[in-house]
Amino acid sequence: MNKKFNKLYNILCVIFALIFIAAMIITVSALPNIGDATNPTNNEVSEKYLTDSSWETGSLNAVSGMILDYRAFDTLGESHVLFVATVAVFILLRRDEDSRKDLPTRCLNQSYEQAYDPILAKSLEFLIPAIFVFGIYVIANGHLSPGGGFSGGAIIGAAFILYLNAYGLESIERFCNSRTYLICSCCALLFYGLAKSYVFYVGANHLHSIIPVLADGSILASGLILPLNIAVGVVVSNTVYALYIMFRRGGFSR
Amino acid sequence: MLFVQNIVSWSILLLIVSGAFTAVLNAKAAKYLSTIVIALVGVMNIFLLKYFLGGGESFTYSMGHYGAPAGNELRSGALEAAVSIVFCFVMLFSLIGGRKHIEEDVKGKKQNLYYISSIFLLCSMLALVNTNDLFTAYVFVEINTITACGIILAKEGRQALAASTRYLIMSLVGSGMFLIGICIMYGATGHLLMEPIREYVLTNIEPGSREMLPVQVSMALFAVGMALKSALWPFHSWLPEAHSSATASSSALLSGLVLKAYIFVLIKIIYRVLGIEVLSGNPIFDILLVFGAAAMIMGSVNAIREKDLKRMLAYSSVGQIGYIYLGIGMGSAIGIYAAAIQILVHAATKAMLFIASGGIMDVSGGSKKFKDIEGAGKRDPFAGAAFIVGSFSMIGIPFFAGFVTKYTLVSAATQLAGWRMYLAFIAIIVSTLLTAIYYLMAIAKLFGGENNSKRPEGFKFNIGYVAAIIIFIIANIVIGLNTDWLINLVDLGFSMFA
Repeated sequence: MNKKFNKLYNILCVIFALIFIAAMIITVSALPNIGDATNPTNNEVSEKYLTDSSWETGSLNAVSGMILDYRAFDTLGESHVLFVATVAVFILLRRDEDSRKDLPTRCLNQSYEQAYDPILAKSLEFLIPAIFVFGIYVIANGHLSPGGGFSGGAIIGAAFILYLNAYGLESIERFCNSRTYLICSCCALLFYGLAKSYVFYVGANHLHSIIPVLADGSILASGLILPLNIAVGVVVSNTVYALYIMFRRGGFSR
Repeated sequence: MLFVQNIVSWSILLLIVSGAFTAVLNAKAAKYLSTIVIALVGVMNIFLLKYFLGGGESFTYSMGHYGAPAGNELRSGALEAAVSIVFCFVMLFSLIGGRKHIEEDVKGKKQNLYYISSIFLLCSMLALVNTNDLFTAYVFVEINTITACGIILAKEGRQALAASTRYLIMSLVGSGMFLIGICIMYGATGHLLMEPIREYVLTNIEPGSREMLPVQVSMALFAVGMALKSALWPFHSWLPEAHSSATASSSALLSGLVLKAYIFVLIKIIYRVLGIEVLSGNPIFDILLVFGAAAMIMGSVNAIREKDLKRMLAYSSVGQIGYIYLGIGMGSAIGIYAAAIQILVHAATKAMLFIASGGIMDVSGGSKKFKDIEGAGKRDPFAGAAFIVGSFSMIGIPFFAGFVTKYTLVSAATQLAGWRMYLAFIAIIVSTLLTAIYYLMAIAKLFGGENNSKRPEGFKFNIGYVAAIIIFIIANIVIGLNTDWLINLVDLGFSMFA
C-alpha cells in the first residue's frame, strides 16, 4: 500500500512540476522583451543609477553605488543574513566540552585530519599571499572596478580554507579562532549598522552629511563605500570560513 | 520630517545593531540586553502610535538621501504601529515567561545565540511590517526563516531536529515562490517599490490584456509562497511538529508572531502593491476564502483528535490562521478589518497559551500528553487561569479578546452574497463549535481527576512566568472590553494604509 502510494506520489510530483514549468514559460513569454527600448525596466530608476552614480555616490562601479548607497538598507539586511546563518549553524552543530565526551573517540581522532602534504604546503607559500592580496585588491577597488565586499570576501574566505587544509588546525588557530571570528564579525557589523544608521537619519531628515564624497576617481572618492566594502568583506570571509569549520569539525577549536 | 517619525527606522536599526553586539556577550548579559532593547522598541512604537492617534498622517521614510523610486523606503501608519507594538510586547513577555525553560532547554553557550536569534526575529518582523519595498521584504523574510529555524533548533533532540529540517524545507519553497514572484513583477513593471508598481499597473497595463498575465501569475506566487510560510491548510504539515517540539518561548513566538508577519506582507501586497481596483473580479479572493474556511474546519478537526496538549494548540493555530484568510478572502473592507483584528488578538492569546503549557509541563513531570497533565490546572493555578481565559477568547465568548474577531467576521459575512455567505457562515459556526469542544476538553482534563493537586517537591513559581501570565490575561480581558476602540483603531489604520 505504502509503496504504491509512493509511486503515485512520485508521478504526481512530476506532473505538477511539468505544469509549473509550463506555466512559468507561458508567463515569461508574456513579459516585455528584454533589450526593447520600451521595456518597463528601462525606466528612470536604472537611468539614474547609471548616470548619477559616479558623481552622487563617487562610485565608478554602478553596482557598488547601488547596493551600498541607493539600496543600502537591503544590503544591510543581506549581510546580517550571513551572520544569522552562522548563528543558526552554531546552534545546530556546536558541542560543548561535556557533550563532546559522549562522542565516540574516532570522531575526535586526529587521523581523520588530512596528513601534512609537502607539495601543497610549499606551493601555497607562494599562492596564499597572492590570493590574500588579490582579495584585498578586489575589496578595496570595489567602487572603482568590478568587485566589492561580497566577491573579495569570498576570495579571502577561500584562502583561509586552503590554509587550514595545507597547514592544519593548530597553525591557523593562532590568528583565526572563535574569539577572533566573533570580534571581527561583531565589529564589522556594528560599524556597518551604526554608519548606515547615521546615513539613513541625515538622509531622511534632509540634513547635511559630514561624510565627504570626492567623486574624483581616487581610492577615497566615494565616502562611506570603501569602509562599508571592507566591513562586508570581513563578514563574508568570516562566514565562509566559519561555515566550513563548523560543518567539518563542529567547532573552531579541537 | 518630524522627530517622532524617525522611530520607524530606529526601532529596526536598534534591533539590528544590538543583535550584532549580543554576539560578544555572555548569556546573562545577552538576556538583560535583549529584554531592555525589546521593551525600549515597544515603548518607542507606543509614541509613534500616539502620534497617529493624535491626527498624524501616514508617511514614507526614505532610507538615505535618495528617495523613491531609486532608494529604499519604509512606510508607517496607525495599523503598522499597532502591529509593531503587539509584536514587541508579545515577544517580550514570551521571552520573560519562558525564561526558565530557555535556561533548562538551551545548553550553556548556546543561550546567547538564542537571544541573538530572537532579537533578529523581532527585527525582521518589524521590517516586514514597515517596509514599502518588495525586495527589502524578501531580505527580511530570509532573516525571519533562518532565525525561526534557530529558535526551534535551540532545544536539542531528535524531534526538534526533524521538525526544523522540515520547517526549513517548506519555508524555503515559500521563499523561492516569493522571490520568483518579485522577479516577474519587476520584469513586468520595472519597479520594486510598492506604490510605483501600482501606478504602473494602473496606467500602462490594460485589464485582460496579455501584459496582465505576468502580474496575475506573480500575485498567485506571492499568495502561495506566503500561504506556505504561514501554514494555511493544506500547507500546514510542518507546523504541529515544529511548534510543539520547541521550547515554550519559541512555540509562543512561532505561533503568535512569525505566521502573522507573513500574512501582513500578503495583505500589503494585495492592498498596496496591486490595489483592490486591479484585483477586483480576480479569483484570488475566492481561493483564499475557500482555503481559509477549509483551514478553520480541518485545523479544529485535527486538534480534537490530538492527545498532546502542545500539538493540540499547534493545530488550533492552523484553524485560527484560517480565520485570518477567511477575512482576507472576503475582499471587503470589514473583512480585512476582521483579519487585522485576528492577527492582533491571536498573537496575544496563543502566546499566552503556549507559555502556560510550559508551566503545565513543569508540574506534570515534563510531559505534555493528556493522560499526564490531569489536574495540572490545580497544581499550577496560573496556567489554569490562563487556559480558561485563552479558551474563552479562542471560542469567542463576549468580554474576551477573541469575541472582537468573531463579531467583525460575522458582520463581514452578512455583507457577502450567494455561496460565499453560506460558506463563511458554515465555516464560522462549525469551527466555533469544534473549538469549544477541544478547548473545553482540555480544561476538563486540566481540572479533572482527584487527589492530584499536590505540586512536585521543592517546586517554586518563577516570578517572570507568573508576571507574564498575569499580563497576558489582563491584556486579553482589556481587549475584550474595548471592542469599539480596537475596531476604530483598525479602521484608522486602513484609512491610511493604501
